[in-house]
Amino acid sequence: MSAQFDVRYTAQLARLNLSEAEISKFQTQISQILAYVEKLEQVDVRGVEPTAHANAIFNVFREDKARDWFTAEDALANAPRAANQLFIVPKVIE
Amino acid sequence: MSMELPALSIAEVQARLRAKVVSPAEVLRALDERIAQVDPQIHGYLSRDLAAALKCAENADVSLPLGGVPIAIKDVINVTGEPCTAASKILQGYRSNYDATVIRKLRAAGAIPFGRCNLDEFAMGSSTENSAFGHTRNPWDTSRVPGGSSGGSAAVVAADEAFAALGSDTGGSIRQPAALCGIVGLKPTYGRVSRFGLIAFASSLDQIGPFTKTVRDSALVLNAIAGRDPQDSTSLDEPVPDHTALLGRDLKGIRLGMPREYFIDGIDPQVDAAVRAAVRHYESLGAEIVEVSLPNTEHAVGVYYIIATAEASANLARFDGVRYGHRAADATGLLDHYGRTREEGFGPEVKRRIILGTYVLSSGYYDAFYLRAQKVRTLIRRDFSAAFEKVDALICPTSPEVAFKAGDRSDDPLKMYLADIFTIATNLAGIPGISIPCGFASTDGRQLPIGLQLLGKPFHEPQLLQIAHAFEQSTDWHKARPNLA
Repeated sequence: MSAQFDVRYTAQLARLNLSEAEISKFQTQISQILAYVEKLEQVDVRGVEPTAHANAIFNVFREDKARDWFTAEDALANAPRAANQLFIVPKVIE
Repeated sequence: MSMELPALSIAEVQARLRAKVVSPAEVLRALDERIAQVDPQIHGYLSRDLAAALKCAENADVSLPLGGVPIAIKDVINVTGEPCTAASKILQGYRSNYDATVIRKLRAAGAIPFGRCNLDEFAMGSSTENSAFGHTRNPWDTSRVPGGSSGGSAAVVAADEAFAALGSDTGGSIRQPAALCGIVGLKPTYGRVSRFGLIAFASSLDQIGPFTKTVRDSALVLNAIAGRDPQDSTSLDEPVPDHTALLGRDLKGIRLGMPREYFIDGIDPQVDAAVRAAVRHYESLGAEIVEVSLPNTEHAVGVYYIIATAEASANLARFDGVRYGHRAADATGLLDHYGRTREEGFGPEVKRRIILGTYVLSSGYYDAFYLRAQKVRTLIRRDFSAAFEKVDALICPTSPEVAFKAGDRSDDPLKMYLADIFTIATNLAGIPGISIPCGFASTDGRQLPIGLQLLGKPFHEPQLLQIAHAFEQSTDWHKARPNLA
Protein backbone atom coordinates (compact mmCIF):
# COMPACT_ATOMS: atom_id res chain seq x y z
CA MET A 1 0.00 0.00 0.00
CA SER A 2 2.87 2.35 0.79
CA ALA A 3 3.97 1.87 -2.82
CA GLN A 4 1.06 4.11 -3.79
CA PHE A 5 2.12 6.90 -1.45
CA ASP A 6 2.58 10.08 -3.49
CA VAL A 7 4.19 12.84 -1.48
CA ARG A 8 3.46 15.49 -4.12
CA TYR A 9 -0.29 14.85 -4.15
CA THR A 10 -0.51 14.55 -0.35
CA ALA A 11 1.37 17.83 0.10
CA GLN A 12 -1.23 19.51 -2.12
CA LEU A 13 -4.01 18.16 0.09
CA ALA A 14 -2.16 19.55 3.12
CA ARG A 15 -1.72 22.97 1.47
CA LEU A 16 1.99 22.65 2.10
CA ASN A 17 4.57 23.47 -0.57
CA LEU A 18 7.72 21.36 -0.51
CA SER A 19 11.08 21.80 -2.19
CA GLU A 20 12.29 19.17 -4.67
CA ALA A 21 14.83 18.03 -2.07
CA GLU A 22 12.09 17.62 0.55
CA ILE A 23 9.89 15.75 -1.91
CA SER A 24 12.47 13.10 -2.64
CA LYS A 25 13.56 12.81 1.00
CA PHE A 26 10.01 12.55 2.37
CA GLN A 27 9.00 10.08 -0.35
CA THR A 28 11.68 7.70 0.94
CA GLN A 29 11.32 8.38 4.66
CA ILE A 30 7.53 8.28 4.80
CA SER A 31 7.42 5.14 2.64
CA GLN A 32 9.69 3.51 5.23
CA ILE A 33 7.42 4.65 8.07
CA LEU A 34 4.35 3.36 6.19
CA ALA A 35 6.05 0.02 5.61
CA TYR A 36 6.59 -0.14 9.37
CA VAL A 37 2.99 0.77 10.30
CA GLU A 38 1.65 -1.72 7.76
CA LYS A 39 2.52 -4.41 10.31
CA LEU A 40 -0.85 -3.48 11.80
CA GLU A 41 -2.48 -5.35 8.92
CA GLN A 42 -1.52 -8.57 10.69
CA VAL A 43 -3.54 -7.72 13.81
CA ASP A 44 -6.91 -9.40 14.07
CA VAL A 45 -9.39 -6.56 14.67
CA ARG A 46 -12.56 -8.39 13.68
CA GLY A 47 -15.42 -7.24 15.93
CA VAL A 48 -13.24 -4.65 17.70
CA GLU A 49 -14.72 -1.19 18.18
CA PRO A 50 -12.41 1.74 17.37
CA THR A 51 -11.17 3.98 20.20
CA ALA A 52 -11.29 7.67 19.29
CA HIS A 53 -10.63 8.75 22.84
CA ALA A 54 -9.18 7.31 26.01
CA ASN A 55 -12.29 8.23 27.98
CA ALA A 56 -15.88 7.58 27.07
CA ILE A 57 -16.89 11.16 26.43
CA PHE A 58 -20.31 12.05 25.17
CA ASN A 59 -21.58 15.39 23.99
CA VAL A 60 -20.83 18.12 26.48
CA PHE A 61 -23.33 20.94 26.43
CA ARG A 62 -23.37 24.37 27.95
CA GLU A 63 -25.90 27.14 28.02
CA ASP A 64 -26.08 28.98 24.72
CA LYS A 65 -25.11 32.27 26.29
CA ALA A 66 -22.47 34.80 25.23
CA ARG A 67 -19.49 35.11 27.57
CA ASP A 68 -16.78 37.70 27.84
CA TRP A 69 -13.91 36.80 25.58
CA PHE A 70 -11.65 38.49 23.07
CA THR A 71 -12.51 41.95 21.86
CA ALA A 72 -12.01 42.57 18.14
CA GLU A 73 -8.69 44.24 19.02
CA ASP A 74 -7.58 41.17 21.00
CA ALA A 75 -8.52 38.87 18.15
CA LEU A 76 -6.60 40.96 15.64
CA ALA A 77 -3.58 41.61 17.87
CA ASN A 78 -1.48 38.84 16.27
CA ALA A 79 -2.81 39.13 12.73
CA PRO A 80 -0.03 39.53 10.17
CA ARG A 81 -2.38 41.80 8.18
CA ALA A 82 -5.48 43.57 9.43
CA ALA A 83 -7.40 46.73 8.64
CA ASN A 84 -10.74 48.24 9.66
CA GLN A 85 -11.13 45.60 12.38
CA LEU A 86 -10.89 42.82 9.79
CA PHE A 87 -8.35 40.15 8.83
CA ILE A 88 -6.92 40.79 5.37
CA VAL A 89 -6.79 37.66 3.19
CA PRO A 90 -5.72 37.11 -0.40
CA LYS A 91 -8.45 37.55 -2.98
CA VAL A 92 -10.48 34.30 -3.10
CA ILE A 93 -13.08 34.92 -5.80
CA GLU A 94 -12.07 36.18 -9.23
CA MET B 1 22.51 32.49 49.41
CA SER B 2 21.48 33.31 45.88
CA MET B 3 23.63 30.45 44.61
CA GLU B 4 21.93 27.92 46.89
CA LEU B 5 18.31 28.93 46.47
CA PRO B 6 17.83 27.55 42.94
CA ALA B 7 18.91 24.08 44.09
CA LEU B 8 15.91 23.78 46.41
CA SER B 9 12.71 21.83 45.85
CA ILE B 10 9.33 23.58 45.82
CA ALA B 11 8.61 22.36 49.35
CA GLU B 12 11.99 23.70 50.57
CA VAL B 13 11.74 27.10 48.91
CA GLN B 14 8.18 27.40 50.19
CA ALA B 15 9.32 26.82 53.76
CA ARG B 16 11.83 29.66 53.38
CA LEU B 17 9.23 31.95 51.81
CA ARG B 18 6.74 31.28 54.59
CA ALA B 19 9.37 31.80 57.29
CA LYS B 20 10.17 35.09 55.52
CA VAL B 21 13.81 34.09 55.21
CA VAL B 22 13.52 35.19 51.57
CA SER B 23 10.97 37.15 49.60
CA PRO B 24 9.37 36.02 46.31
CA ALA B 25 11.31 38.76 44.51
CA GLU B 26 14.62 37.50 45.96
CA VAL B 27 13.78 33.98 44.85
CA LEU B 28 13.08 35.24 41.32
CA ARG B 29 16.31 37.22 41.18
CA ALA B 30 18.33 34.24 42.39
CA LEU B 31 16.79 32.06 39.67
CA ASP B 32 17.40 34.73 37.07
CA GLU B 33 21.06 34.88 38.10
CA ARG B 34 21.37 31.11 37.93
CA ILE B 35 19.79 31.09 34.46
CA ALA B 36 22.14 33.83 33.24
CA GLN B 37 25.05 31.77 34.55
CA VAL B 38 24.28 28.28 33.25
CA ASP B 39 21.68 28.57 30.50
CA PRO B 40 24.21 29.57 27.81
CA GLN B 41 25.48 25.95 28.13
CA ILE B 42 22.01 24.38 28.27
CA HIS B 43 19.69 26.58 26.21
CA GLY B 44 16.67 25.30 28.10
CA TYR B 45 14.90 28.66 27.90
CA LEU B 46 13.69 30.44 24.79
CA SER B 47 12.75 33.60 26.68
CA ARG B 48 11.94 34.94 30.11
CA ASP B 49 10.39 38.14 31.41
CA LEU B 50 11.81 38.99 34.83
CA ALA B 51 9.96 42.31 35.05
CA ALA B 52 6.57 40.65 34.52
CA ALA B 53 7.40 37.94 37.06
CA LEU B 54 8.57 40.50 39.62
CA LYS B 55 5.28 42.30 39.21
CA CYS B 56 3.44 39.07 40.10
CA ALA B 57 5.81 38.66 43.06
CA GLU B 58 4.75 42.01 44.52
CA ASN B 59 1.32 40.61 45.42
CA ALA B 60 2.37 37.02 46.03
CA ASP B 61 0.55 35.37 48.93
CA VAL B 62 3.05 32.88 50.33
CA SER B 63 0.36 31.17 52.40
CA LEU B 64 -1.20 29.74 49.22
CA PRO B 65 -0.29 26.15 48.18
CA LEU B 66 2.36 27.36 45.68
CA GLY B 67 2.57 30.91 47.01
CA GLY B 68 5.52 32.83 45.54
CA VAL B 69 7.00 29.82 43.74
CA PRO B 70 8.20 30.50 40.16
CA ILE B 71 7.34 27.77 37.65
CA ALA B 72 8.81 27.50 34.15
CA ILE B 73 6.44 26.85 31.26
CA LYS B 74 6.92 24.87 28.05
CA ASP B 75 6.65 27.32 25.16
CA VAL B 76 3.46 25.69 23.96
CA ILE B 77 1.20 26.84 26.83
CA ASN B 78 -0.28 30.35 26.63
CA VAL B 79 0.59 32.94 29.27
CA THR B 80 -0.87 36.43 28.84
CA GLY B 81 1.62 38.89 27.40
CA GLU B 82 4.31 36.29 26.70
CA PRO B 83 5.52 34.64 23.50
CA CYS B 84 4.22 31.15 22.71
CA THR B 85 6.27 29.92 19.76
CA ALA B 86 5.90 26.13 19.99
CA ALA B 87 9.59 26.41 18.94
CA SER B 88 8.34 27.11 15.42
CA LYS B 89 9.14 29.92 13.04
CA ILE B 90 5.45 29.99 12.15
CA LEU B 91 4.70 31.47 15.59
CA GLN B 92 7.72 33.75 15.85
CA GLY B 93 6.57 37.11 17.20
CA TYR B 94 3.22 35.77 18.47
CA ARG B 95 2.11 37.06 21.86
CA SER B 96 -0.59 35.36 23.92
CA ASN B 97 -3.49 37.49 25.02
CA TYR B 98 -4.97 34.93 27.36
CA ASP B 99 -3.91 32.47 30.05
CA ALA B 100 -4.22 28.72 29.54
CA THR B 101 -6.40 27.16 32.23
CA VAL B 102 -3.34 25.56 33.88
CA ILE B 103 -1.77 29.02 34.14
CA ARG B 104 -4.94 30.51 35.63
CA LYS B 105 -4.94 27.67 38.15
CA LEU B 106 -1.24 28.05 38.94
CA ARG B 107 -1.78 31.75 39.57
CA ALA B 108 -4.77 30.98 41.81
CA ALA B 109 -2.46 28.69 43.81
CA GLY B 110 0.01 31.57 44.17
CA ALA B 111 2.64 30.36 41.67
CA ILE B 112 4.46 32.75 39.32
CA PRO B 113 4.95 31.64 35.69
CA PHE B 114 8.57 32.48 34.85
CA GLY B 115 10.45 31.48 31.73
CA ARG B 116 9.49 29.81 28.44
CA CYS B 117 11.08 26.39 27.89
CA ASN B 118 12.45 25.06 24.62
CA LEU B 119 10.89 22.01 22.93
CA ASP B 120 10.78 20.06 19.71
CA GLU B 121 8.74 22.12 17.26
CA PHE B 122 5.03 21.66 18.07
CA ALA B 123 6.12 19.00 20.60
CA MET B 124 7.08 16.63 17.79
CA GLY B 125 10.27 14.83 18.69
CA SER B 126 12.23 12.98 21.34
CA SER B 127 15.42 15.06 21.54
CA THR B 128 14.55 18.80 21.43
CA GLU B 129 16.72 18.94 18.30
CA ASN B 130 13.65 19.86 16.24
CA SER B 131 13.40 23.34 17.78
CA ALA B 132 13.59 26.16 15.25
CA PHE B 133 15.49 28.18 17.85
CA GLY B 134 18.44 25.95 18.74
CA HIS B 135 18.94 22.62 20.55
CA THR B 136 18.68 22.16 24.28
CA ARG B 137 21.57 20.25 25.81
CA ASN B 138 21.52 17.64 28.57
CA PRO B 139 22.90 19.09 31.83
CA TRP B 140 24.62 15.76 32.60
CA ASP B 141 26.59 15.85 29.34
CA THR B 142 26.11 18.82 27.07
CA SER B 143 27.10 16.80 24.00
CA ARG B 144 23.92 14.76 24.52
CA VAL B 145 20.22 15.49 24.07
CA PRO B 146 17.88 16.12 27.04
CA GLY B 147 15.14 14.00 25.44
CA GLY B 148 11.95 15.50 24.13
CA SER B 149 9.72 16.96 23.30
CA SER B 150 9.69 18.84 26.63
CA GLY B 151 13.51 18.82 26.74
CA GLY B 152 13.79 22.45 27.84
CA SER B 153 11.42 21.93 30.77
CA ALA B 154 13.38 18.86 31.91
CA ALA B 155 16.82 20.42 31.46
CA VAL B 156 16.06 23.63 33.38
CA VAL B 157 14.76 21.69 36.38
CA ALA B 158 17.73 19.29 36.29
CA ALA B 159 20.17 22.22 36.02
CA ASP B 160 18.55 24.06 38.97
CA GLU B 161 17.38 26.82 36.65
CA ALA B 162 13.80 26.20 37.85
CA PHE B 163 12.11 24.63 40.87
CA ALA B 164 9.55 23.02 38.59
CA ALA B 165 8.28 23.28 35.03
CA LEU B 166 5.17 22.39 33.10
CA GLY B 167 5.45 20.22 30.00
CA SER B 168 3.07 18.29 27.79
CA ASP B 169 3.10 14.57 27.05
CA THR B 170 1.59 13.11 23.87
CA GLY B 171 3.70 9.95 23.58
CA GLY B 172 6.25 10.34 26.36
CA SER B 173 7.24 13.99 26.04
CA ILE B 174 7.28 14.49 29.83
CA ARG B 175 8.47 11.08 31.04
CA GLN B 176 11.28 10.45 28.55
CA PRO B 177 13.08 13.80 29.04
CA ALA B 178 12.56 13.50 32.82
CA ALA B 179 14.30 10.10 32.64
CA LEU B 180 17.16 11.37 30.48
CA CYS B 181 17.70 14.39 32.76
CA GLY B 182 17.37 12.53 36.09
CA ILE B 183 14.25 14.21 37.52
CA VAL B 184 10.58 13.45 38.20
CA GLY B 185 8.10 13.78 35.31
CA LEU B 186 4.38 13.04 35.61
CA LYS B 187 1.84 12.53 32.84
CA PRO B 188 -1.61 12.63 34.45
CA THR B 189 -4.63 10.60 33.34
CA TYR B 190 -6.13 11.89 30.09
CA GLY B 191 -8.82 14.36 31.17
CA ARG B 192 -7.29 15.06 34.59
CA VAL B 193 -5.83 18.42 33.51
CA SER B 194 -7.41 20.95 31.15
CA ARG B 195 -5.78 21.35 27.75
CA PHE B 196 -7.36 24.76 27.15
CA GLY B 197 -4.58 27.11 26.09
CA LEU B 198 -2.15 24.30 25.20
CA ILE B 199 -1.27 24.41 21.50
CA ALA B 200 -2.77 21.13 20.33
CA PHE B 201 -0.60 18.41 18.78
CA ALA B 202 -2.73 15.25 19.06
CA SER B 203 -5.87 16.11 20.97
CA SER B 204 -6.85 12.61 22.05
CA LEU B 205 -3.37 12.01 23.53
CA ASP B 206 -2.02 15.37 24.82
CA GLN B 207 -1.87 15.97 28.55
CA ILE B 208 -0.09 18.67 30.59
CA GLY B 209 1.99 17.65 33.59
CA PRO B 210 4.80 18.74 35.93
CA PHE B 211 8.59 18.29 35.96
CA THR B 212 9.92 18.46 39.51
CA LYS B 213 12.92 17.51 41.65
CA THR B 214 10.83 15.39 44.02
CA VAL B 215 7.67 13.29 43.98
CA ARG B 216 6.09 15.48 46.66
CA ASP B 217 6.58 18.54 44.46
CA SER B 218 4.92 16.68 41.60
CA ALA B 219 1.88 16.08 43.81
CA LEU B 220 1.81 19.75 44.85
CA VAL B 221 1.78 20.97 41.24
CA LEU B 222 -0.82 18.39 40.19
CA ASN B 223 -3.05 19.51 43.08
CA ALA B 224 -2.97 23.01 41.62
CA ILE B 225 -3.60 22.21 37.95
CA ALA B 226 -6.03 19.25 38.07
CA GLY B 227 -9.76 19.42 37.63
CA ARG B 228 -12.67 19.85 35.28
CA ASP B 229 -12.65 22.90 33.04
CA PRO B 230 -15.77 23.99 31.15
CA GLN B 231 -13.46 25.23 28.38
CA ASP B 232 -12.07 21.74 27.71
CA SER B 233 -14.86 19.27 27.01
CA THR B 234 -12.40 16.38 27.42
CA SER B 235 -11.47 17.32 30.97
CA LEU B 236 -13.41 15.04 33.29
CA ASP B 237 -15.63 15.88 36.20
CA GLU B 238 -13.78 13.64 38.65
CA PRO B 239 -13.23 14.93 42.18
CA VAL B 240 -9.66 16.22 42.71
CA PRO B 241 -8.15 14.43 45.71
CA ASP B 242 -5.17 15.71 47.69
CA HIS B 243 -2.33 14.12 45.74
CA THR B 244 -0.03 14.29 48.77
CA ALA B 245 -2.48 12.35 50.96
CA LEU B 246 -0.93 8.90 50.49
CA LEU B 247 2.73 10.01 50.50
CA GLY B 248 4.67 8.23 53.21
CA ARG B 249 2.33 5.25 53.48
CA ASP B 250 4.05 1.89 53.28
CA LEU B 251 3.65 -0.47 50.33
CA LYS B 252 2.17 -3.42 52.17
CA GLY B 253 -0.44 -5.03 49.96
CA ILE B 254 0.66 -3.11 46.84
CA ARG B 255 1.07 -5.31 43.78
CA LEU B 256 3.38 -4.16 41.00
CA GLY B 257 3.29 -5.74 37.55
CA MET B 258 6.36 -6.21 35.37
CA PRO B 259 5.11 -6.22 31.78
CA ARG B 260 7.22 -8.84 30.05
CA GLU B 261 7.09 -6.89 26.76
CA TYR B 262 8.96 -4.02 28.48
CA PHE B 263 11.94 -6.16 29.47
CA ILE B 264 13.26 -7.18 26.10
CA ASP B 265 16.47 -7.52 24.09
CA GLY B 266 17.75 -4.25 22.79
CA ILE B 267 17.45 -2.34 26.04
CA ASP B 268 20.69 -0.74 27.19
CA PRO B 269 22.05 -3.36 29.67
CA GLN B 270 22.77 -0.68 32.27
CA VAL B 271 19.15 0.54 32.03
CA ASP B 272 17.87 -3.03 32.32
CA ALA B 273 20.06 -3.70 35.37
CA ALA B 274 19.01 -0.47 37.14
CA VAL B 275 15.31 -1.11 36.56
CA ARG B 276 15.58 -4.72 37.75
CA ALA B 277 17.41 -3.49 40.84
CA ALA B 278 14.56 -1.05 41.42
CA VAL B 279 12.07 -3.93 41.18
CA ARG B 280 14.04 -5.83 43.85
CA HIS B 281 14.10 -2.69 45.97
CA TYR B 282 10.32 -2.49 45.77
CA GLU B 283 10.16 -6.08 46.95
CA SER B 284 12.27 -5.15 49.95
CA LEU B 285 9.81 -2.32 50.65
CA GLY B 286 6.99 -4.86 50.92
CA ALA B 287 5.45 -4.65 47.44
CA GLU B 288 4.51 -7.86 45.69
CA ILE B 289 5.93 -8.26 42.18
CA VAL B 290 3.86 -10.03 39.53
CA GLU B 291 4.75 -10.69 35.92
CA VAL B 292 2.07 -9.47 33.52
CA SER B 293 1.70 -9.32 29.76
CA LEU B 294 0.65 -6.47 27.47
CA PRO B 295 0.58 -8.50 24.26
CA ASN B 296 -0.22 -5.62 21.89
CA THR B 297 2.78 -3.54 22.97
CA GLU B 298 4.62 -4.19 19.72
CA HIS B 299 1.89 -2.36 17.79
CA ALA B 300 1.90 0.79 19.90
CA VAL B 301 4.46 2.76 17.89
CA GLY B 302 2.65 2.06 14.63
CA VAL B 303 -0.75 2.97 16.07
CA TYR B 304 0.69 6.10 17.61
CA TYR B 305 2.30 7.40 14.44
CA ILE B 306 -0.98 7.02 12.59
CA ILE B 307 -3.26 8.54 15.23
CA ALA B 308 -0.91 11.29 16.40
CA THR B 309 0.01 12.45 12.90
CA ALA B 310 -3.62 12.29 11.72
CA GLU B 311 -4.73 14.50 14.61
CA ALA B 312 -1.71 16.78 14.12
CA SER B 313 -2.43 17.29 10.43
CA ALA B 314 -5.92 18.49 11.36
CA ASN B 315 -4.79 20.61 14.33
CA LEU B 316 -2.01 22.31 12.38
CA ALA B 317 -4.39 23.32 9.59
CA ARG B 318 -5.11 26.39 11.73
CA PHE B 319 -1.68 27.81 10.88
CA ASP B 320 -2.81 29.54 7.73
CA GLY B 321 -1.08 32.92 7.96
CA VAL B 322 -4.33 34.81 8.53
CA ARG B 323 -5.10 35.14 12.25
CA TYR B 324 -1.61 34.82 13.71
CA GLY B 325 1.90 33.78 12.88
CA HIS B 326 4.07 33.89 9.82
CA ARG B 327 2.58 34.90 6.47
CA ALA B 328 4.31 34.50 3.13
CA ALA B 329 4.90 37.76 1.31
CA ASP B 330 3.26 38.69 -1.99
CA ALA B 331 1.04 35.66 -2.46
CA THR B 332 -0.41 35.40 -5.95
CA GLY B 333 -3.60 33.74 -4.66
CA LEU B 334 -5.07 31.74 -1.82
CA LEU B 335 -3.35 28.41 -2.58
CA ASP B 336 0.00 30.13 -3.06
CA HIS B 337 -0.59 31.96 0.25
CA TYR B 338 -1.30 28.75 2.19
CA GLY B 339 1.35 26.64 0.49
CA ARG B 340 4.21 29.09 0.94
CA THR B 341 3.18 30.34 4.40
CA ARG B 342 3.30 26.77 5.68
CA GLU B 343 6.43 25.86 3.71
CA GLU B 344 8.31 28.81 5.18
CA GLY B 345 6.90 28.47 8.70
CA PHE B 346 7.15 24.74 9.52
CA GLY B 347 10.35 22.77 10.10
CA PRO B 348 11.16 19.36 8.55
CA GLU B 349 9.74 17.05 11.24
CA VAL B 350 6.46 18.98 11.38
CA LYS B 351 6.16 18.85 7.59
CA ARG B 352 6.88 15.13 7.61
CA ARG B 353 4.14 14.49 10.17
CA ILE B 354 1.60 16.72 8.44
CA ILE B 355 2.19 14.78 5.22
CA LEU B 356 1.96 11.39 6.94
CA GLY B 357 -1.16 12.44 8.87
CA THR B 358 -2.83 13.85 5.78
CA TYR B 359 -2.07 10.65 3.89
CA VAL B 360 -3.53 8.27 6.49
CA LEU B 361 -6.73 10.34 6.58
CA SER B 362 -7.02 10.72 2.83
CA SER B 363 -9.75 9.16 0.76
CA GLY B 364 -9.11 5.47 0.15
CA TYR B 365 -6.62 5.07 3.02
CA TYR B 366 -8.71 6.10 6.02
CA ASP B 367 -10.06 2.62 6.76
CA ALA B 368 -6.77 0.85 6.13
CA PHE B 369 -4.71 3.12 8.33
CA TYR B 370 -6.67 5.39 10.64
CA LEU B 371 -9.68 3.21 11.44
CA ARG B 372 -7.49 0.13 11.84
CA ALA B 373 -5.16 2.04 14.16
CA GLN B 374 -8.12 3.09 16.29
CA LYS B 375 -9.19 -0.54 16.59
CA VAL B 376 -5.72 -1.67 17.60
CA ARG B 377 -5.79 1.20 20.10
CA THR B 378 -8.80 -0.54 21.68
CA LEU B 379 -6.74 -3.73 22.02
CA ILE B 380 -3.90 -1.78 23.67
CA ARG B 381 -6.34 -0.25 26.17
CA ARG B 382 -7.77 -3.70 26.93
CA ASP B 383 -4.27 -5.00 27.67
CA PHE B 384 -3.87 -2.38 30.39
CA SER B 385 -7.37 -2.94 31.82
CA ALA B 386 -6.65 -6.66 32.08
CA ALA B 387 -3.28 -6.03 33.76
CA PHE B 388 -4.83 -3.63 36.27
CA GLU B 389 -7.21 -6.36 37.38
CA LYS B 390 -4.15 -8.15 38.77
CA VAL B 391 -1.92 -5.28 39.91
CA ASP B 392 -2.06 -1.73 41.30
CA ALA B 393 0.61 -0.33 39.01
CA LEU B 394 3.11 -1.37 36.36
CA ILE B 395 6.87 -1.00 36.70
CA CYS B 396 9.22 -0.77 33.71
CA PRO B 397 11.94 1.38 32.11
CA THR B 398 10.89 4.83 30.91
CA SER B 399 13.25 4.72 27.96
CA PRO B 400 15.23 1.79 26.53
CA GLU B 401 18.37 3.93 26.62
CA VAL B 402 20.10 6.83 28.30
CA ALA B 403 20.60 10.24 26.69
CA PHE B 404 22.03 9.86 23.19
CA LYS B 405 24.49 12.12 21.39
CA ALA B 406 23.07 15.17 19.65
CA GLY B 407 22.91 14.63 15.89
CA ASP B 408 23.02 10.83 16.20
CA ARG B 409 19.63 10.13 14.69
CA SER B 410 18.20 13.49 13.75
CA ASP B 411 17.91 12.32 10.15
CA ASP B 412 16.42 8.89 10.86
CA PRO B 413 12.79 9.51 11.90
CA LEU B 414 11.85 5.87 12.38
CA LYS B 415 14.79 5.24 14.71
CA MET B 416 13.88 8.40 16.63
CA TYR B 417 10.25 7.22 16.93
CA LEU B 418 11.40 3.93 18.47
CA ALA B 419 12.93 5.91 21.37
CA ASP B 420 9.34 6.16 22.65
CA ILE B 421 8.41 2.46 22.68
CA PHE B 422 7.85 2.32 26.46
CA THR B 423 5.95 5.59 26.83
CA ILE B 424 3.59 5.67 23.84
CA ALA B 425 1.07 3.01 24.88
CA THR B 426 0.33 4.97 28.07
CA ASN B 427 -1.10 7.85 26.04
CA LEU B 428 -3.05 5.54 23.77
CA ALA B 429 -4.67 4.01 26.88
CA GLY B 430 -5.07 7.39 28.63
CA ILE B 431 -3.56 6.15 31.90
CA PRO B 432 -1.20 8.12 34.18
CA GLY B 433 2.55 7.54 34.24
CA ILE B 434 5.51 8.86 36.16
CA SER B 435 9.26 8.67 35.62
CA ILE B 436 11.58 8.86 38.63
CA PRO B 437 15.38 8.59 38.85
CA CYS B 438 16.61 5.03 39.58
CA GLY B 439 20.30 5.03 38.79
CA PHE B 440 23.08 6.03 36.46
CA ALA B 441 24.82 4.49 33.49
CA SER B 442 28.54 5.06 32.99
CA THR B 443 29.07 6.06 29.39
CA ASP B 444 32.20 7.69 27.97
CA GLY B 445 33.33 8.56 31.48
CA ARG B 446 30.04 10.31 32.20
CA GLN B 447 27.23 9.44 34.58
CA LEU B 448 23.92 9.50 32.71
CA PRO B 449 20.59 9.24 34.54
CA ILE B 450 18.24 6.25 34.19
CA GLY B 451 14.48 6.60 34.60
CA LEU B 452 12.08 4.16 36.25
CA GLN B 453 8.55 4.31 34.91
CA LEU B 454 5.44 3.54 36.96
CA LEU B 455 2.06 3.37 35.24
CA GLY B 456 -1.19 3.54 37.19
CA LYS B 457 -4.92 3.09 36.86
CA PRO B 458 -6.92 6.03 35.50
CA PHE B 459 -7.34 8.74 38.17
CA HIS B 460 -5.23 6.78 40.66
CA GLU B 461 -2.49 9.44 40.72
CA PRO B 462 -2.43 9.57 44.56
CA GLN B 463 -1.52 5.88 44.70
CA LEU B 464 0.96 6.20 41.82
CA LEU B 465 2.67 9.06 43.64
CA GLN B 466 2.67 7.04 46.88
CA ILE B 467 4.48 4.19 45.12
CA ALA B 468 6.97 6.56 43.47
CA HIS B 469 7.57 8.42 46.73
CA ALA B 470 8.33 5.22 48.65
CA PHE B 471 11.15 4.42 46.23
CA GLU B 472 12.48 7.96 46.14
CA GLN B 473 12.57 8.35 49.91
CA SER B 474 14.45 5.08 50.40
CA THR B 475 17.09 5.79 47.71
CA ASP B 476 19.44 8.69 46.98
CA TRP B 477 19.18 8.86 43.18
CA HIS B 478 17.03 12.01 43.21
CA LYS B 479 19.66 13.89 45.23
CA ALA B 480 22.35 13.68 42.54
CA ARG B 481 22.89 16.86 40.53
CA PRO B 482 24.82 17.47 37.33
CA ASN B 483 28.11 19.28 37.75
CA LEU B 484 27.73 22.53 35.85
CA ALA B 485 30.49 25.10 36.09
